[in-house]
Amino acid sequence: MYLLNRKQRHTVNSTWMIISLLLVALLPFLLFIGLYLKSVLLLHDYSLADLIFSKVWRPSAGKFGFYPFIIGSVWVTVVAMLITAPICLLTAIYVTQYTKKFFLRIMHPAIDILAGIPSVVYGLWGILVIVPFISRYLGPWLDVKTMGYSILAASFVLSIMIIPFVLNILIEIFRSIPTELKEAALSLGATQWQTIKHVLLRKALPGIIAAFGFGLARAFGETMAVLMVVGNVVRLPKSVFDPGYTLPALIANNYGEMLSIPKYDSALMFAALLLLAVSLFFNLVMHFFIVRYNKY
Amino acid sequence: MDNSPKISIRNLNVSAGKTQILRNINIDIPKNKITVILGPSGCGKTTLLKCLNRLTDLYPELKVNGQIMIDDNNILAAKEDIYKLRQQMGLLSQRPYPLPMTIYNNIAYALKLRGIRNRRETHKLVMHYLQQANLWDEIRTRLREPASRLSIGQQQRLCLARGLAVNPEIILADEPTSALDPISSQFIEETFVRLKSEYTIVLVTHILRQAKRIADNVVFMYLGDVIEQGSVEEVFGNPKMEKTKLYLGGTFN
Repeated sequence: MYLLNRKQRHTVNSTWMIISLLLVALLPFLLFIGLYLKSVLLLHDYSLADLIFSKVWRPSAGKFGFYPFIIGSVWVTVVAMLITAPICLLTAIYVTQYTKKFFLRIMHPAIDILAGIPSVVYGLWGILVIVPFISRYLGPWLDVKTMGYSILAASFVLSIMIIPFVLNILIEIFRSIPTELKEAALSLGATQWQTIKHVLLRKALPGIIAAFGFGLARAFGETMAVLMVVGNVVRLPKSVFDPGYTLPALIANNYGEMLSIPKYDSALMFAALLLLAVSLFFNLVMHFFIVRYNKY
Repeated sequence: MDNSPKISIRNLNVSAGKTQILRNINIDIPKNKITVILGPSGCGKTTLLKCLNRLTDLYPELKVNGQIMIDDNNILAAKEDIYKLRQQMGLLSQRPYPLPMTIYNNIAYALKLRGIRNRRETHKLVMHYLQQANLWDEIRTRLREPASRLSIGQQQRLCLARGLAVNPEIILADEPTSALDPISSQFIEETFVRLKSEYTIVLVTHILRQAKRIADNVVFMYLGDVIEQGSVEEVFGNPKMEKTKLYLGGTFN
């Protein structure tokens, strides 16, 4: 015998589900409001445009220009995506369309292991391998002066970090396309490459955009590995070989030592708010494209 | 009209690993007739159809042996140009799979693969094939919509039009009405009957009444074997084999 009858149990269960749903749905708003309240001190004294577009960062003199950090973050993310996107797309197509099934069975655990490595390990690997590689080989070879700690190093490390995530999603997307669709295109006399190019890629497009958007958001917010190799110099990078600074690194490096400087606390909260706003923006853009291309 | 078969299958064996899917198949498929391959699920009908346009190539685990002659070409010979070969046949599968494009482009893509790039000709032919598949009047104002917005029955007719657009000689249909409502099924059946003067049609089905309605020839298959074949009158009117009698009587198990 149960304590409650069937209908009562239904009510209890569904209420409990609605509460969890609300909690999850409210969380981003609460975060947003919290960060806004914390950074309102800064927003009170400076205009939003000033904060975003001013290039001078000197907290002790009361100068809070976030432009170098924003640009640094954008550079690192964009270059990382430029490396990640083609590698992931081509690998996913190759693994799902050209190789035998057992190959995928071997690849999957390898990808999962890569995805599970902590970001600080990637950072170390970046310091020990990528940074010297850039300063000793790539830089001299291309005839640019670089100390290795640079946008490029951060992008490299980042792309290696997000490749497993993006690749896993892409493989799932390509595997979920029904074989019959492929057979339909082939039966018209299309070659395998034509089938992939005109039919499978088209069919997978919303998923591909979502996967890249997911990678982008991860790359933009990644803190530790980037912080370790990007150089942390507050300056507008002129090329990918220059060092830079990113928004997450700004917060991680300085939170805890900013107590003596007025408004510093507020400034870092504003950086967090910016991060949140940007990832929200990415999400919206992504969503727009997915809806747009999902009609087929 | 010459009486030599359009397709003749000789000693066809297909196996996947240790399972034999098709055993020693010998079938003659006459030109400009509807040949129905009849049999319960899992008897190898679909595999047989896939052998005909070499979609079996997609499955490396399948071993295909024997001979399939289409107009004196053995299409199982490795040197055969499979892209040309597949364009000799339009395929209609169990469920419609429209390409992820507009209605118009579904047909235009098939035309492009056939080598037609001229826009006016494309226009004309898209209309022609949609009419042939009995679809034009319903969708003439919706050509730029995604094909996925059509109803399932319309999608299936679109797939038929797409299959015709590669200018095939043969139509392969794999239980093409199994996902459709009776009216859409009737549309497809009528279209087949109308088209058989121009095409050789191979229809796989497990629906007896459908076979009775439109077949000229019937091949009855069971568990990878051809049990009986002949004209529809012979097989339905006077079945020789015990298994055929049972299946036709509906007491098969």
